[in-house]
Amino acid sequence: MPNGVLIFGEATEDGKLAAITAELSGAAAALGGPVTCALLGSGVEGIAQEAGQYGAEKVIVVDDPILKDYQGDAYLPVAERIAREVDPAVILLGQTMIGRDLAPLLAQRLGTAVVMDCMALSMEGDKLLAERPCYGGAARARYTINGTPQIATVRVKALDAPAASGSAEVVKQDAGVSADQVRTTITARNKPESTGIRLEDATVVVSGGRGLGGPEAFQQLEELADVLGGAVGASRAVCDLGWYPVATQVGLTGKIVTPDLYIAIGISGASQHMAGISSVKNIASVNKDADASIFKASRWAVVHDWKEFVPAFLEEVKKVKAG
Amino acid sequence: MPHIICFAKQVPDPETPASQFKVDEAAKKVIPAPGVQQVPSQFDTIAVEAALRIKDNHPDSTITVVSLGPDPFRDTIKHCLAMGVDEGVHINDPAVNDADHWATAEVLAAAVKKLGDYDLILTGRQSVDWDMGVVGSTVAEILGVPVVTIAKQIDYAGDKVTVERVLLDGFETVEAPTPCVVTVSNELGEPRYPQLRQIMQAAKKEVKPWTLADLGISAPQNRVNLEALYVPDTSVETEVIEGETAQEKAATLAKRLSDAKLI
Ligand SMILES: Cc1cc2nc3c(=O)[nH]c(=O)nc-3n(C[C@H](O)[C@H](O)[C@H](O)COP(=O)(O)OP(=O)(O)OC[C@H]3O[C@@H](n4cnc5c(N)ncnc54)[C@H](O)[C@@H]3O)c2cc1C
Ligand SMILES: Nc1ncnc2c1ncn2[C@@H]1O[C@H](COP(=O)(O)O)[C@@H](O)[C@H]1O
Repeated sequence: MPNGVLIFGEATEDGKLAAITAELSGAAAALGGPVTCALLGSGVEGIAQEAGQYGAEKVIVVDDPILKDYQGDAYLPVAERIAREVDPAVILLGQTMIGRDLAPLLAQRLGTAVVMDCMALSMEGDKLLAERPCYGGAARARYTINGTPQIATVRVKALDAPAASGSAEVVKQDAGVSADQVRTTITARNKPESTGIRLEDATVVVSGGRGLGGPEAFQQLEELADVLGGAVGASRAVCDLGWYPVATQVGLTGKIVTPDLYIAIGISGASQHMAGISSVKNIASVNKDADASIFKASRWAVVHDWKEFVPAFLEEVKKVKAG
Repeated sequence: MPHIICFAKQVPDPETPASQFKVDEAAKKVIPAPGVQQVPSQFDTIAVEAALRIKDNHPDSTITVVSLGPDPFRDTIKHCLAMGVDEGVHINDPAVNDADHWATAEVLAAAVKKLGDYDLILTGRQSVDWDMGVVGSTVAEILGVPVVTIAKQIDYAGDKVTVERVLLDGFETVEAPTPCVVTVSNELGEPRYPQLRQIMQAAKKEVKPWTLADLGISAPQNRVNLEALYVPDTSVETEVIEGETAQEKAATLAKRLSDAKLI
């Protein structure tokens, strides 16, 4: 009988335990049954103990240079083997760069299905109810899965991470993957130099949209973000137009951000943009169109031309900051 | 002679204003908003654009678009043909009207097998109705070929492709042997828009009408069940910041944010 929940924990690029690991552990524990955490990567053995502090009974760590950078061909055989050994009722992965690629492959290997990008999970008897946004965030869909195991990926920061407590048994396994099984080759990585606070970590995000009219306006947004100790984001329209870097795109196909305060300037509020800020409680938005849909989700609405408003607001914020 | 296969489906226009977006919760279906068109799924026309860019460099390429869906999906195939795709395959069979992503993948993979040799399969990173993002990878697994997801550039060189793959920050370059599957993201750029002359030419291009019988398969089982569909309530209590001038509004907003200890 399949039993319990298998989660795939993750490490960050700089080798720390990724927050999604705790979020998945919490979700898995809430579904019931023993939780096993698989941790795949290179140089991850050192964080295996920590990965077991959020509710897992067992951590299976596979630490191998072949798993350094994610490639489906390297990760899939290891994930498949662990899934068959553990024989869980449910498997959870993060909707991360790794999980979104690996989960569909794993589901097909195991002859089952995966519900991607879930924001809520529960059990009804032995059925997983997996709820996720669809239609660009305009609707929510709830699924059940016919096959076993039932697989879901979980949106980053959608579920609360439990506090660390307890510890798990750590078991080491070999990857058992040879280089010639990996058909793809990563030949280069281009990462923009990180300047300042990461969008994902910022407590304040100042975001600009097509309403700003051009790339120049972003200087003012940067200045505002600076004073607020925050980061600058953008709508897809802005990134597609090349006004601001792609890595700053917020939304369905960009980043999910969870600041305490999100200031949206010249953004209309399309559902695909709102998908990136669905957990943000405090949205202040500036738009010259009183009917802009962003206002419906905003706690504070400023109906004004940004060109006049933003410089004035910057002065006011400076005054507040100066005490 | 490279053969590129693109998968494309049709969806309600994703730019439908939120106020017009409604679902029938009992039927678990989206209610088509009046005046809202069915359009090719956005990432799929971008995948077609990727194929056409390869063809620009390799003029001897043949591009086939494959679509699984009811009669209106023909419009999406026609659109792709007008963009410059050479031939279309329309799999239209009531037995798979309610195919889920896995049944869809099985049928599309069967169509690929029937088409014979291919070098590259291009799909959207996700369809823009259900936003699931699984069909491309599932087809790759069924066919036993590698997949590279979320591409922003694809260079084809015979026995391999070099793909720039979008990461959360930046991108990586991945080489994959052909045949393989690549799923395409919007960072690749705008899809070309068909000119009138091309639309007229497209009328003469072949669209193969296939059923499951033509593919020699019976309807694959669905693996997921849609239990509920609803529009979440995301509205909050909004304070419209009053004021005569930008300065007044700015001062009020700054005060609100500072009172709420947000700045
Ligand atoms: C599959 C799919 C995925 C997508 N993913 C994303 C995503 O991840 N992120 C994302 O952001 N979008 C995404 N989109 C695009 C989304 O649908 C919208 O097209 C986009 O968010 C619009 O960007 P915008 O609000 O900046 O521009 P617009 O919709 O053009 O809005 C501009 C706003 O600025 C206001 N404005 C104009 N001038 C001024 C002024 N002087 N002062 C103040 N206000 C002014 C206007 O009233 C308007 O409301 C996606 C779309 C699809 C189909
Ligand atoms: N019915 C279909 N017909 C043709 N292609 C499809 C169909 N469904 C999905 N696809 C392709 O698979 C991609 C991912 O779809 P999905 O996994 O449903 O999000 C889409 O962007 C299309 O390229």
